[in-house]
Amino acid sequence: MIAIGSNPFNAEVMEKSQAIQGRSLWVDARRRLFRNRAAMASIILLSLIALMALFAPLLSQYAYDEVNYELVACAPNWWSGWDCNAGGAHWFGTDAVGRDLFVRTLYGARVSLAVGLVATLVSLLIGVLYGATAGYLGGRVDNLMMRVVDILYSLPFIFFVIILMVLFNRNFFLLFVAIGAVEWLTMARIVRGQTLSIKQKEFIEAARAGGVSSLAIITKHVIPNVIGPVVVYVTLTVPGVILTESFLSFLGLGIQEPLTSWGVLIADGANQMQTAPWLLVFPALLMAVTLFCFNFIGDGLRDALDPKDR
Amino acid sequence: MAGYALRRFLGAIPTLFVIITLSFFMMHAAPGGPFDSQRKLPPEVEQNIKAAYDLDKPVWQQYQIYLNKLAHGDMGPSFKNKDFTVVQLIGTGLPVSTRLGLSAMALALLIGSLMGIWAALRQNHWQDYSVMTLAMVGITIPTFVTAPLLTLLFGIYGVSLFGYDVSLPVGGWNNGALRNMILPVTVLALPQIAVIARLMRGSMVEVLRANYIRTAKAKGVSTTRIVLRHALRAASLPLISYLGPAVAAILTGSLVVEQIFGLPGIGRYFVQGALNRDYTLVLGVIVCYATLIIVLNFLADMIYGLLDPRVRLT
Repeated sequence: MIAIGSNPFNAEVMEKSQAIQGRSLWVDARRRLFRNRAAMASIILLSLIALMALFAPLLSQYAYDEVNYELVACAPNWWSGWDCNAGGAHWFGTDAVGRDLFVRTLYGARVSLAVGLVATLVSLLIGVLYGATAGYLGGRVDNLMMRVVDILYSLPFIFFVIILMVLFNRNFFLLFVAIGAVEWLTMARIVRGQTLSIKQKEFIEAARAGGVSSLAIITKHVIPNVIGPVVVYVTLTVPGVILTESFLSFLGLGIQEPLTSWGVLIADGANQMQTAPWLLVFPALLMAVTLFCFNFIGDGLRDALDPKDR
Repeated sequence: MAGYALRRFLGAIPTLFVIITLSFFMMHAAPGGPFDSQRKLPPEVEQNIKAAYDLDKPVWQQYQIYLNKLAHGDMGPSFKNKDFTVVQLIGTGLPVSTRLGLSAMALALLIGSLMGIWAALRQNHWQDYSVMTLAMVGITIPTFVTAPLLTLLFGIYGVSLFGYDVSLPVGGWNNGALRNMILPVTVLALPQIAVIARLMRGSMVEVLRANYIRTAKAKGVSTTRIVLRHALRAASLPLISYLGPAVAAILTGSLVVEQIFGLPGIGRYFVQGALNRDYTLVLGVIVCYATLIIVLNFLADMIYGLLDPRVRLT
C-alpha cells in the first residue's frame, strides 16, 4: 500500500477510491445480471432441470432400465390417436421396449449435463493455464505456444474424437477428456489475448510501481479481469459440448445402453418418428430448452460483465 | 502477397504430416484389426491376408510404406470395400460431398448475411428480435433433429403450398438432382445461417455507427447504397474469418446428413470405416478433409487481406 501523507487532497482521493471500490466489478455485474429477465428465467429453468436430473430416481416410480413388454411404444396418456396409451405415471410415454421415457430423459440429462460440465472444466483448466502462461511470458515462448494452437486448430478434431471413441470402446471417462481436449483451444486464445492487453494497462503499471509482487498482480489484477470473458465463454462452451456428445451418441459412438444420453434418445426417437413421435419430441425439446438457457445466460453474463457493450 | 502464400503453403506441409502421423498411429493402436471376424480364419489364410496388406510388418515399417505410397498418390486398397482402392472410393464420394458442402455454404452466406443486415438496419425493433430469436433456435437445434423433422414434414406427410405439392424425396442422391439436394442442403445450412446472421448483425451494427457512414448519410446517399457500397465490405470481415470454422462445422454436419439422407459422400465412408477399422479408408478421408480445411482456411486469409487493406499479408 502506498503511504498517504497528511495532505488533505490525498486523503480525499483515498476516500473516493474506497467509495468506488465498494461497488466492485462483480457487485455491479450481479446487479445487471439480476435485471436481465431472460437470463434470470434461464438460470431458474436450468436449475430446475439440473435438480430434476439429480433427483431422477425419486421423481418416478419406474427405473430407467425397467423393461415392460406390455407397454411397447405407448403414447403418454394425454396424447390420443395412437395405438396404445401408457397410462399410470408414464408422463412422456414409453419406448420400444416399454421403458419409461420420462425417467430416461432425466437420466439422459444427467449424462449430458455431466459431460458438458466436466469437459468444460477440463477445457477451462488447460485453456486458462496455457493461455495465461503464453500471454504472461510473451516473446518467443508465446509465439511458439500459439503456433502450436494454430496447428491444432486446423486439425479436423471431431474426427480424432471419433477415432478415439472407436479405439477405446466408448470409454465414458475418455469422452470427457476427448471433448475437453478439443474445446480448450479457443479458451487459450481468449485468455492469452486478454492477458496480453491487460499486461499493458496503466493499473498494472501502477501496481508494479507500488511494489506489488508479480504473483499478486496476476491473482489480484490480471485474473479478475480475464475472468469476465472466460465465464462468458464457459457458458457458451457447455452447450457446445452437450451438442458434441449428442452428435457422437447419434452416430452410435457415445453412451451405451441401458445408460442413455439426450443424443442416444434423439437418435432412437428419430428412427421411430412416424410411429412414436413422443420419443423424439420430449428429449429434443428438453435438450433445446437447456441449450437455450445456457445461451441466454451466456449473453446475459456478457452484457453484465462488459459494461462498455451496453 | 506471393511470399506470404508460399510460406503458408510450406507451413501446411508439416500440419498435414502431423495429422497423418497422429491418425495413423491412433488407428493402429486400436484393439482389434480389420480382418477380425466371428469365425476364426485358419492361421495360414490369416497370415496370407496380413502379408497381402503389409499388416504382418511392424507398425513403424507400415507407416513408412504408407507415407511412401501416399507421396505417389496411392492411398492403398480399402480393407472392407473389397476390389476398391481408397482413391476410387474418395473419387466417387468427394464430388458429392463437395457439392453438398459448397451449396450449403453458399446458401448460408446468402441468407445469413441478408438476415443479419436486415436485423442490423432495424436494430432493437421486432424485426431484429425475431431474426435473433430465429438465429438462437438455429444454433441450439442440432442437425440430427432438424433432419428427421424436415423429412417427416416434406417427405412423409407431404406439404402442399398454394395447391402445389411440394413434397420432396427423403433420401438418395439421384445423380445430384435438385429435388434430392434441397433437404440435405437446407439441413446442413440452417445452423450456419444462424451463426452468420448473428455475426453479420453484430458487425453491421458496429460499422453503421462509424463516422464515414455518417458522412455518407449526411451527403444524402441512399440506405441501399450505403449498405452495399460502404458498409458491407467492412462488415463482412468477421464473416471471412468465420469461414474456416464454418467449413469444419459443415464437414462435421455432413457426417450426420449423409448418414440420414443416405448420400454417397465421403462422410459416410468415414463413420463406417472407423467402425470397421478400415484403416486405409479412414486415413484417406482424414487426409482429404484436412487438406480441404487447410486450403479453405488459406483462401479465407487471402480474401481477408484483399478486403481489408489494413491487414498486410507479408
